[in-house]
Amino acid sequence: MTVAGLLGRAVPGLAGVLFLIGWEGLVRLYAVPAYVLPGPLAIWAALIDDWPILFGSMLETLKIALLALLAAVTLGGLLAVLFAQSRLLERALFPYAVVLQVTPIVAIAPLILIWVDDVTLSLLICAWIVAFFPVLSNTVLGLNSADRNLAELFRLYGATRWQALWLLRLPAALPFFLAGLRVAGGLALIGAVVAEFVAGAGGTGSGLAWRILEAGFQLKIPRMFAALALISACGIAIFAALGLLQHLLLRRWHESAMRVEG
Amino acid sequence: MTPPAGRYPEEPSPACGGGLGGGGSADPHPGPPPRAGEGEALVTLRGVGKRFASGTEALSGIDLSIGTGEFVSLLGPSGCGKSTLLRLVAGLAEPSGGRVEWMAGARPRIGFVFQDATLMPWASALDNVRLPLRLAALPRAEQQALAAAALADVGLAGFERAYPRELSGGMRMRVSLARALVTRPELLLMDEPFAALDELTRNRLNDDLLALWSARGGATTVVFVTHSVFESVYLSSRILVMSARPGRIAEELAIAAPAPRPPGFRTSAGYAAMCRAASEALERAMAGPARQALDRAMADRS
Ligand SMILES: Nc1ncnc2c1ncn2[C@@H]1O[C@H](COP(=O)(O)OP(=O)(O)OP(=O)(O)O)[C@@H](O)[C@H]1O
Ligand SMILES: Nc1ncnc2c1ncn2[C@@H]1O[C@H](COP(=O)(O)OP(=O)(O)OP(=O)(O)O)[C@@H](O)[C@H]1O
Ligand SMILES: [Mg+2]
Ligand SMILES: [Mg+2]
Repeated sequence: MTVAGLLGRAVPGLAGVLFLIGWEGLVRLYAVPAYVLPGPLAIWAALIDDWPILFGSMLETLKIALLALLAAVTLGGLLAVLFAQSRLLERALFPYAVVLQVTPIVAIAPLILIWVDDVTLSLLICAWIVAFFPVLSNTVLGLNSADRNLAELFRLYGATRWQALWLLRLPAALPFFLAGLRVAGGLALIGAVVAEFVAGAGGTGSGLAWRILEAGFQLKIPRMFAALALISACGIAIFAALGLLQHLLLRRWHESAMRVEG
Repeated sequence: MTPPAGRYPEEPSPACGGGLGGGGSADPHPGPPPRAGEGEALVTLRGVGKRFASGTEALSGIDLSIGTGEFVSLLGPSGCGKSTLLRLVAGLAEPSGGRVEWMAGARPRIGFVFQDATLMPWASALDNVRLPLRLAALPRAEQQALAAAALADVGLAGFERAYPRELSGGMRMRVSLARALVTRPELLLMDEPFAALDELTRNRLNDDLLALWSARGGATTVVFVTHSVFESVYLSSRILVMSARPGRIAEELAIAAPAPRPPGFRTSAGYAAMCRAASEALERAMAGPARQALDRAMADRS
């Protein structure tokens, strides 16, 4: 790699480091108390000190988010395939999926927490509600975007419904599904965190959102920031992992994943 | 609607021997005289018309008979209903009037080539060619062998694993041709298959197509849609010139030239004369009914 190329890669990291140094410098210069705004070093220290608690909470939140994502993929995907089989079914049910999508999750979460006894399950349902719509709508779009001429070719060769689905419509939908999945990954995490906030002390109180609430009550602001940083890190990790999956599955054939060659 | 399922014979069926110039039997079909085919009529269209829901009358009163082993070109201006006619024959659309009759009583095995290659971008060249066999549920090993052979036939041996993205325009078209030929179709329908290619590639593919067709010894009938006068004369044994609004068959020309074409045919005086004749026929067809009536009246008087 050339020097310019290396520099290009390093720029975002460099900007981040400069930002942290500036932050630390200002906090020290104006002697801002840690309960108002802790410096990055204090947050780092809190992260190290409270690592056992925070790490456990992170696993808890990640578990909810990833299970919700899995449910979103399964149910969203299955529903999309069902919709693709029957326009009538799609027209009958799709509006309700939209209703579920546009209703703010903070407004539904308390109800779900009341109705569902198991807290983990109710958190899961909340995260799933937020995450499943992008999977559903993208996959439906993808299933309906198969090349018309190819579809006619399948008809000409007497393909069964199942063959047309498996060999034509599902592969055609894959790029759309993966784009939806990437959005859903971020939303599942957001859904999990929001639901934990709503559940608050009433819940089992072990996710990262609970750690933030708890640290707020105890005025342990550095720990609060540390938990926040972990949530961001989880989001970035999910997004990157799904991006990698997208690249691996599409790189041979889809425009979005092709590298430009000189 | 569904083509006969099951196995594809390794060898072309000997149902109709001879190929070019073979047969020569009289047209056995009674009724309105469809235009003469070469061998026995594989398909006969009687008074076929197509009106779309939008009200567009794309085709009207098409009487046409295509003989077994013929290479027929449909030549006509844009929008005259060539694609529509091809789709009716393929069974991808239903005529709104008239009938499409088949020699065997049912639609035979059909291969279809579109204007663009229409490959599955997620599948390798081999998998694309394998598709019709896969849909017919042939054993996997047989699928692989037949598809590889079809790829080799169109000069793409060694490109089995390549994805459409990695092939040039001409190579993609060859894959598409191999996919159409892999089932050893009795009827090959081609809708301006080489229109998007450069002239050199197009000429080469024309030669390859003629060679593949001749090699099948009259077992494959081709209906080839084109805009190009030169291409239609070079390829076909018969040209049907179409006119528009509504689409009709205005004229037909028989092309008497050996197949495959001898070397130097493209530059021969005979080829030039036939191209001129076809070009004039196309111009007459495009000039509209009034002009045609006048032309006919003039011709009658002389
Ligand atoms: N699905 C459709 N619905 C309504 N009208 C149609 C449809 N398909 C074709 N037509 C009309 O039928 C006429 C013939 O169309 P067709 O595609 O058969 O022409 P073509 O001869 O193949 O033209 P080109 O050479 O440009 O491909 C056109 O006027 C077109 O607008
Ligand atoms: N993205 C790619 N990845 C791998 N191989 C490629 C790629 N693009 C082209 N090739 C290969 O490079 C060669 C030349 O391709 P190119 O598209 O330049 O041919 P071309 O001269 O335009 O042919 P045509 O007249 O058929 O369009 C071909 O063998 C093709 O397989
Ligand atoms: Mg057309
Ligand atoms: Mg090219």
